[in-house]
Amino acid sequence: MSLIEIDHLSVTFRSKGREVHAVEDVSFSVEQGESFGLVGESGSGKSTILRAICGLAPVTAGTIRIDGASLPAPRGPDFATRVQMVFQDPYASLHPRHTIDRTLSEPLAIHGISGSDARVVKALEDVGLPAAFRFRYPHQLSGGQRQRVAIARALMLEPTILLLDEPTSALDASVQAEVLNLLDRLRAARGLTFLMVSHDLAVIDHMCDRILVMQNGRAVEQMPREALAEARMTTPYARSLFDASADRMLGGPARP
Amino acid sequence: MTLLDVQNLRVTFDTETGPVQAVRGVSFSLGRERLGIVGESGSGKTMTGRAVLRLIRPPGRIEADRMVFDGQDLMQASERDMRALRGKRIGMVMQDPKYSLNPVMTVGDQLTEGLRRRDGLGRRDAEAKAIAALTAVHIRDPARVMEAYPHELSGGMGQRVMIAMMLIPEPDLLIADEPTSALDVTVQAEVLSILDGLVRERGMGLIFISHDLRLVARFCDRVLVMYKGKVVEELLAKNLLDAQHPYTRGLLNCLPRIGGPRGPLPALDRSGAWAQ
Repeated sequence: MSLIEIDHLSVTFRSKGREVHAVEDVSFSVEQGESFGLVGESGSGKSTILRAICGLAPVTAGTIRIDGASLPAPRGPDFATRVQMVFQDPYASLHPRHTIDRTLSEPLAIHGISGSDARVVKALEDVGLPAAFRFRYPHQLSGGQRQRVAIARALMLEPTILLLDEPTSALDASVQAEVLNLLDRLRAARGLTFLMVSHDLAVIDHMCDRILVMQNGRAVEQMPREALAEARMTTPYARSLFDASADRMLGGPARP
Repeated sequence: MTLLDVQNLRVTFDTETGPVQAVRGVSFSLGRERLGIVGESGSGKTMTGRAVLRLIRPPGRIEADRMVFDGQDLMQASERDMRALRGKRIGMVMQDPKYSLNPVMTVGDQLTEGLRRRDGLGRRDAEAKAIAALTAVHIRDPARVMEAYPHELSGGMGQRVMIAMMLIPEPDLLIADEPTSALDVTVQAEVLSILDGLVRERGMGLIFISHDLRLVARFCDRVLVMYKGKVVEELLAKNLLDAQHPYTRGLLNCLPRIGGPRGPLPALDRSGAWAQ
């Protein structure tokens, strides 16, 4: 049994009387301890899948199971202790008027966990931030530092699954490298399972064991990492995504 | 022909702890070509772009030995002259559609505002032009986007709307500040080819500000690499991969690669003398 099982999932939004099929009939599963990547263009539904898992998107068909059990709606505190999400934009996902200390201790307060003092200090240390950052506000931090706080917050309840929605696309290349290294290290140390969304194939390739390519809400092609590295994709869309990837621009005659 | 000539540009902000120089003596000149400016956040690349349009608010100060656009001295120009240049002769695509588009105006109203006020077009003509501009940046359903408010658009759509908006007045020089950072790779390629077409066909000059070295290497003719307000290296884009400067090399090496090793990515070493 897989840890996360997504079975024929569809998500439909209604906007101004029109139906928008954000996700249509997508199925995949993620094993315990695996790092699974969803890749595709914006509007392909990859982030919507993460939001659907968290109960933030209207699921119109299909099922989401974690550890074999389907999820209650609303999700409830139990879910939050197992699954946490890191959002794309560290400038928008932290409360601007809460100190880092308050941001990090809030999940503990909600779940009635004591010893928040020591846990907050430990959490900052785990993501490589100095303890003195505890009483700062988000605007006093750089983008990379904020994303570290967002990762620390996601890990406060010691979840087993992290949903990562473009965790580095708002960051500089050098900072991206640091955050990716941090995520890799945390996954190894804590045996986390990652479900990661990115539009950057090189990032997904670096972080993930298996990859699902999506387009217009549908699953196009699923492949292991090796197939991506060796360019063994079978669908034309996955091929075009691969060809357009910035990382390919380095070699060969690369002018448009 | 030189379109823009900048010598020893400095941008200074006074803070509680004394003056901070965001740009420290940047010089470059630009013809009808594509100049890339790369660097991390805080390297001064955005400030350099904004300084050309004199879009730096007091108490920030712009100083330069020389800053001339198409024969016109930008340092001496009045605010009125600058307003005549902005948008019409020199366009700027800002980085973040979330903050740069007006949140309480529909896309259509924002796109047609300039056409109606500046060019005196009627509503119908202005709308037709705006829809054509949206189509030119490959927006699939321009009629729907015209009616939408910025919060109803994805980041990529918002960025394309801003590019469309800047291209409507057909500027001679376009300063594009991270114009594709919110876009998907396939759309990115499309937007770049739109910009590329404008440089080639209309002889537009382009300053392309980006943190993505690979993109700049592929897309631009020349590249300035900036760090802490200074140009640390200037080179032809096609030679970027053979860059000698340790900072440029560090930026190149910390990028993950498809099929690359799984080990930790090399972090940027900032201990060299160049980092001071």
